Formats: sequence, C-alpha cells, structure tokens
Amino acid sequence: MDFLQEFSDPELCRALVAQLVEECTEPFRFMEVCGTHTVAIFRSGLRSLLPDTIIHVSGPGCPVCVTHESEVELYLEMACRRDTVTATFGDLMKVPGAGGSCLKTAQAEGAHVEIVYSPFDALALARKYPDKKVVFLGIGFETTAPTIAATIKMAREQKIDNFLVLSFHKLVPPALRALLDDPEIGVDGFLLPGHVSTIIGLEPYRFLADDYGIPGAVAGFDPLDVLKGLLAIVRMKNEGKPAVTNEYRRAVSDQGNPTAVAIMEEVFEPADALWRGIGSIPGSGLVFREDWKDFDAAAVLGLEQKPAKPLPGCKCGDVLKGKIRPDECPLFKKRCTPATPVGPCMVSTEGSCAAYFKYHIES
Amino acid sequence: MDKLLLDAGSGGLASHRLVADLFLKYFDNPVLAAMNDAAFLEGDPQGRPMAMSTDSYTVDPPEFPGGNIGSLAIHGTVNDVAMLGAEPRWLTCAFILEEGLDMAFLERVVQAMGKAAADAGVIIAAGDTKVVPRGAVDKIFINTTGVGPILVDPAPMGHRAAPGDAVLLSGSVGDHGLTVLGRREGLSFEADVQSDSAALNRVVKDLVTELPEVHVLRDPTRGGLATTLNEIAGQSSTVVRVEEKDIPISPAVVAGCSFLGLDPLYLANEGKLLCFLPEEHCDKALEIMRRHEVGQGAVRIGSVIDPKEATYGRAGQVVLTTNLGGSRLLSMLEGEQLPRIC
Ligand code: SF4
Repeated sequence: MDFLQEFSDPELCRALVAQLVEECTEPFRFMEVCGTHTVAIFRSGLRSLLPDTIIHVSGPGCPVCVTHESEVELYLEMACRRDTVTATFGDLMKVPGAGGSCLKTAQAEGAHVEIVYSPFDALALARKYPDKKVVFLGIGFETTAPTIAATIKMAREQKIDNFLVLSFHKLVPPALRALLDDPEIGVDGFLLPGHVSTIIGLEPYRFLADDYGIPGAVAGFDPLDVLKGLLAIVRMKNEGKPAVTNEYRRAVSDQGNPTAVAIMEEVFEPADALWRGIGSIPGSGLVFREDWKDFDAAAVLGLEQKPAKPLPGCKCGDVLKGKIRPDECPLFKKRCTPATPVGPCMVSTEGSCAAYFKYHIES
Repeated sequence: MDKLLLDAGSGGLASHRLVADLFLKYFDNPVLAAMNDAAFLEGDPQGRPMAMSTDSYTVDPPEFPGGNIGSLAIHGTVNDVAMLGAEPRWLTCAFILEEGLDMAFLERVVQAMGKAAADAGVIIAAGDTKVVPRGAVDKIFINTTGVGPILVDPAPMGHRAAPGDAVLLSGSVGDHGLTVLGRREGLSFEADVQSDSAALNRVVKDLVTELPEVHVLRDPTRGGLATTLNEIAGQSSTVVRVEEKDIPISPAVVAGCSFLGLDPLYLANEGKLLCFLPEEHCDKALEIMRRHEVGQGAVRIGSVIDPKEATYGRAGQVVLTTNLGGSRLLSMLEGEQLPRIC
C-alpha cells in the first residue's frame, strides 16, 4: 500500500534494525520531539521491532497537546461570541476545556466554527462573511507559522479587514532547552522533527550538543528515516562525539528555508509562552509585531488569557516531558479514552496517549 | 415544473403526479404499479427465513463521482440484506425532500435508484414521500428497507468467525470515503478517485450457494475496514490478524489520505465485502469473487487466530502486521476522522 516503498522497504529496515541491535549495546533513551514521529513509530509497527536496549519516550512535539489550558479556555470563550467565525484545523475540535466543553460542543450550541485545511481557506471565509470577524486559530510550531504569516500578509494586500489570527504558536528549540534543564528527564538523544527543520534548518538545535552534550538527528517520517536517525544518534553516543546531524537531506537543507523564516519574523516576534504541563518557557511563543497588531485577534477582540487550572488527574505534563508512558497515567483507558478524552494527548491524532491507545498492544 | 413545491407532499393530486411521473417511471414493476396501500409480495416457495434491513441515507454532497444518494440508498440496503447470506428481493424507499429542490436533480437521483435496483435484480415495492419546508432537511434524505430470503443455513454472522478462518476482501478500500470527502472540500485529487458504490448481492449468492461453509460476510461501510474487522473480532471473541501489505488501496487514495492525514483503513466503502471462511475454501472463494466485476480485486488479507495461541493481541482485538513486519493494534474508529494540523 505504500507509495513511498523505498523509504519503508522491509529488507532495508531489517538490516538497519540489525545494525542498531549490534551497535546499541547499552540502554539508550531517545525522545522523538515531534508527534508525527510518535505516530509514525507506532503506526509502522517500528516500536515492536526496535531492540530492547532502545527505550522510546515521546516528547512535547504535538502542537495540540502543548496548547495551554488557559489558551483553550480563551479560544472556546471567543468561539461562542456571536460576532466571530472560528476557523480551525480539525484536530482542535475535540480538545476539552476545563469544564469539559470543546469546539465541537460549542458548535452544537450555536458557535460558528469551520474546519479548514489551510489558513488560506480561512481567508476565503473572511470574504464569505464580511459582517463577522473570522478568526483563525494559530496553533502549531515553526511548521505552520510561516504559512499563517503569509496569509496575514495576503489579507493586508487584499485589504481584508475582518480576518484575524489568534497566535498561540510555539517554538521547538526553547522547549528542548527547558526539558534539558529539568534534571528528571534523562534523555540520551533527540530525534528532531523533519517538518520544523525544513523551516529552521539545523542551527537552532546546535546547543543540544554544544551546551548539553546530547546528540540530535533531524529525521523524516518514514520508518527508514527514523531508523537512520536513531543509528546516527547511537553512533554519536558510542563515539562520544555529540553533534546535530541532518538525516533527512531529501527534504531539509542545513540552512532551512530562509524565505519562510523571514516571512514568519516579519509578522511575529518571540515571546514567553505557556506550555501545558511544562509552564512558561522563555522565548518559546510567537506574538504579533507592533506593525501587524491589527490582525491580532487577542488585541482586536480584547481577549484576555486568564489563569486556568490543569485538568484534574491528567498527567499530560509528565507524558509530554517523557517522565511517564501514557499507560502509566492512572486515567489511561479508564476515564480517559479517545471518546471521553480527559487531556489533549488523548484527542490529538499526534498525541502520545492517543497513539498508545490506538496502536499499542499490551503484552 | 423545475422546483419541488410543498404541494407534492400533500397527498393530493400533486403527490400523485410526482409518483406517477417520476417514481413509477423509474421504479416500474407490477407490485408497485398495483398502487395498493401495502405491497403484495408473493413470498418464497421454499418458505425460507427472511432477512430484512433498513437504513437512512444522507450524504453531502448528494452527487459524487461514481454515484449519487439514490444509487447509494439502493446499494447500501441491498448489501446489508445480502450480508446475511440472503437474496434481497424487495425494497421500500421513503423520501424526505426539501421544498424548492431542483427537479432535474431529483430526477437524476430517482433514475439512478431505478437503474441500481434493476441491475441488482430487486424491485422497489413500496414507498413514501414527504416534502418539508425549505431548511428543514438538507435537500434530500432517503430511507430504504430491504427484504429477501436467506439462502443458507446457518446464515453467515459475525459471531461465527473461528480460528483457522481466512479473511478475504473483495477489492481496494477507501475509495468511497475519499471521493465524498474530496468532493465536499473541493480538493484537487477529486479527479483520480471514484466511489466504489455497487450491489454485492450477486457475488454473495454465488459465494453462499457454492460454499455454504462461509462463516461471516460483512460490508465495511462507515468506520471502514478497521472498524468492521474489530466488530467481527469482538462478536467472535477471536484475534483477527491482517497483513498491511495485502490490503489493496489505490495509489490515488493513498496520496489523498496522506495529504489529508487520514487513514484509508477507516474510510467508508460502499461496494466491498469481507468474507471469513475456513482456510481450505479460500482459493475457491477468491475465484468466485473474481468472477464478478465488483470482486475483481479480491484478495486474502489475513486470518483468524485463537486468542490463546496469539503471540500478539487479546480476544476481540485486531492485530496488523505492518509492511515492515512489525505488529500493532488496528483499533476501532473513534468518532469521525478529522484532518490534522501539520
Ligand atoms: S491518558 Fe488522558 S489523562 Fe492521562 S495523560 Fe493522557 S490525556 Fe492526560
């Protein structure tokens, strides 16, 4: 069924797994930062093939999962306003707020919510509903932020003045630093996200090796990419030469995509941001620059982020930091299932709890 | 008259005209033409048990490459009846129509229903029409009920899946679901995919008459292949193991799904069937399925395993051997699939 056969060729994979078994002689904990990696590892069955020496922990790389409780509360409140149309990617629809409501329930109660496939679709909605404010929920990492910035620029060019963005974007490198500063994490190496790296290149990750002595490999999302990335990290460890390498050259250049970065930086600037389960991380969010504030939904609509309590019993923070496996959360598969999610990690298609629920075979 | 008026649901002359000019034109058969309050069905000379199934159809958009809501309403119910090893013979159909509906569109729907019923060899024996004010329904809702004698004893049912059974699938999966989604969203891959909507009763008839050993027949409609396999594993308390590499999926569906972040194994099918039967009859069953156009792509995709002997998985679970040779759970669809962020 795979049309990218060559990147998931079973023979090549077997050979790489054998090599990993041979070269990875000591237990080794690796964290894949990105939710797409989490799902790829489970979905391809790779997890059942990796040698026992390799311990796999999921990281904070699912944009839905790291969206802070207070951010969810804020956009839910906004969605219920009569003068707004909320445009969002589908995966936010079921993320529960503190009271158990979500965009789906808000929609059922009359909120105007539309699922879009790209921010440009949201711009089209703004044209369609000139009497309303169309707010696109800007949730995502460096991967999505440049496209959203480009959409905002386009809105200005086309003089569309009812298009707004709620920017809850997060940046990956500062989160990795925050994780490494937590003494309890204990990760031996990072599998770095291919999509984000397409934009930012390798430079922003260098501190992993330089400051913390931890190797990292940028990897793609096919099983062979993941295995190549793991082998690169194991080798760097064995040789005692930590570095950040690019194992996804067919998509990622070491320099990233300077044009995309420039557009993102023209519209947004870094600021401190709240991460679910982790707390505030310096410089890890993106807010509107002064020049672009007329597109900032928070400013234009006067929305205020209020303190919100974490969801009772949910261990998302520990899961996102790789401290526990999802099945170690007392609510997993009991009170928390994809149908009755307690936390976003169970809702998002890229969430580790959802991946465990969906793919993991208990032994 | 090019727009449907509320009068057409009044029961008076306008209703009669709609029935005479439109429904009878395409559903023409002696049972319906008798125009009694109830249909007189001559029954089954062998006095066999009957299977009956009903389903309501709403689909957005109501017309799509490969069919429309009308053909779908026939195929869906014909297939549901057939999956009990039965021969669907009579259908009823009830319409709930929106005032102002474009009559040319309604005619296309009714025409497709007439043709689908004729092709499947079933007759539309009774019906009902309601016309509701604009906005009370989305264009058109259709309910169909199907009845027909069961051809084999015991009838194929989900709980009969047994360790040692082979799991067969009649062709590629995901085509219908992706087609409708692509149409709804106006996505570019639309040209490459087409709904697989089709009647399966003729394949079923051959299967169960030539191979009465068939244990389970099921069409993987909403929730897709994954959900249907889970239902069968659950009903029979077995472990179903399927091979990812053997599941046929067209390249256009693979590409569309990867673009939208959807899993083809959870997308609806409207012209495919799963057949579970003892290993030794596998080849014969495949040969029968491939004899029919709708079963051209029939393949074996897995086996049923005794939970006590399964290396992976528990009773009621479906385990997928991935292309890489790894094992993972293939779980049931929760809610609907939604496209992802990045
Ligand atoms: S299982 Fe549910 S409650 Fe527990 S960490 Fe995951 S999402 Fe939160």
